[in-house]
Amino acid sequence: MAQTEKFVLNMGPQHPSTHGVLQVQVELDGENIAGAKPVMGYLHRGIEKLMESKTYAQCVPLTDKLDYVSAMNNNLGFCLAVEKLAGIEVPERAQFIRVICAELNRIASHHVFIGSLTNDLGSATGMIYAFRDREKILDLFNIICGARMSCHYPRIGGVAADAQEEFFKLTQEFIDYVPQMLDEYDKLFAGNEIFQARMKNTSIISRKDALRFGMSGPNLRASGVEYDIRKIDKYSSYDKFDFDIPVGTTGDNWDRYMVRINEIKESAKIIQQAMDNMPDGPFMAKVPKMFKPPKGEAYHRVENTRGELGFYIVSDGTTKPYRVHIRRPSFINLQALDHMCKGMLLADAVTAFATIDPLMGEVDC
Amino acid sequence: MEIVDVVPPMLKDNVIVTSVDALFKWGKANSIWPLSSGLACCSIEMMCAAASRFDLARFGYEVFRSCPRQSDLLIVAGTLTWKMTPPLIRLYEEMPEPKYVIAMGNCNIGGGPFSDSYSVVTGLDQIMPVDVYLPGCPPRPEALIDAMLKLKKRIQHPELAAGSEEAREKSRQALREMTDGEPVAEKVE
Repeated sequence: MAQTEKFVLNMGPQHPSTHGVLQVQVELDGENIAGAKPVMGYLHRGIEKLMESKTYAQCVPLTDKLDYVSAMNNNLGFCLAVEKLAGIEVPERAQFIRVICAELNRIASHHVFIGSLTNDLGSATGMIYAFRDREKILDLFNIICGARMSCHYPRIGGVAADAQEEFFKLTQEFIDYVPQMLDEYDKLFAGNEIFQARMKNTSIISRKDALRFGMSGPNLRASGVEYDIRKIDKYSSYDKFDFDIPVGTTGDNWDRYMVRINEIKESAKIIQQAMDNMPDGPFMAKVPKMFKPPKGEAYHRVENTRGELGFYIVSDGTTKPYRVHIRRPSFINLQALDHMCKGMLLADAVTAFATIDPLMGEVDC
Repeated sequence: MEIVDVVPPMLKDNVIVTSVDALFKWGKANSIWPLSSGLACCSIEMMCAAASRFDLARFGYEVFRSCPRQSDLLIVAGTLTWKMTPPLIRLYEEMPEPKYVIAMGNCNIGGGPFSDSYSVVTGLDQIMPVDVYLPGCPPRPEALIDAMLKLKKRIQHPELAAGSEEAREKSRQALREMTDGEPVAEKVE
């Protein structure tokens, strides 16, 4: 009688579709996956600990490295937490510029998602298209802060420098380009039969499971939960903009892709409104050079590209934080990997992994 | 004795005479296959360099391989932690000779912003020999292209590259001459 036993396959830490240094121990029963265990820590840089030895202003660039494809959102989250702790009122113009940058970065991050997803599905062409459009946003960041990825543009109390006319002009050009860009993506990917076959009804997470795993961001919304911190907390004057929360129905890979595509549309809508109603005024609140927030603690969360990013800061009244804890969405979303992969084929593990869209810098912190 | 030119004039215009070594180096320097191994932030810029705008393919370096056995350049793109070190050394050792290493980003030069961290390797050269150091946090794709071209020069003219054995021997020789044959320290900085 033939005997079968489970086979453990190591994916990573060096694997073209693990998006960084993640090791996944895939337990295989023939071609079917019986379990997928992520092994993390290959990029643990001790950011939380490093922050304890740096002043508040010096901590902001470290947050760039958390989720390195959406640095603006991380900076924003940390700055908002510090501002909450110290009770700093941010000028409205700074808030609007922050919103524009955060939403632009959300689009840029979804470009990386689309690029890496299509690359993992075996079409390197997709990556070329997504990165071509991402360059347009990186150019805007280049104008506004001089950096492409590690922006460090939102600072404690406002933004580093005022946005110039040229930035608004080019941002408008990009916003006008977005519908055409999404049309092209629809023709390239969404209309593709192979793409649909690989994405539809694979790696389903039900609404209940998504909540049980504590997921957030587009992954949660794809399962049909209308949960967006931008709507709930209304931080950084998000209440002044009119936008919808795209949600999915089944929670399969296809929904996770479509939610992100629709999010690009909503982000473009927010940017358009922010530019139309851009208030005048200062771009920076008065923050003392020797910045010492009062004793106490504060938690602030923002809707990062990947979900709910929270910063918990404990201050002992000195120039440096006593303790910083970061609630990283990728880390928590990654828990669902095992659930998503079970019962699927080995090739689907790659797709499931790409649609969770974790970033190892954030997972390992 | 009369010298007769037997080479027909047409051939003279079309044939270049060179040594096998120079030809080999020329081919090697213009067809580097990098290993597609990204560790952190810099890997996104590495992907940008391979994508449409910067287009590393113009220089013949676009063939990113997923397997170390097929590649001859290791671009260490991103922060290297002590946990990642054994797999990275294994990747390096699996690559066939001749192989080259680019230390991309400040993290790989001296730890960068994480130099105080307990888990980060402060400098790739503690782990493996490095050919080109590329500073930046992260370096722009243009900078990566520049590093690849520096590597190309290094492959074509290894005797001129700073830090090569030949260059070190030359500086030792110069020092010996300066000190009239007195023994000098083995390692010349």
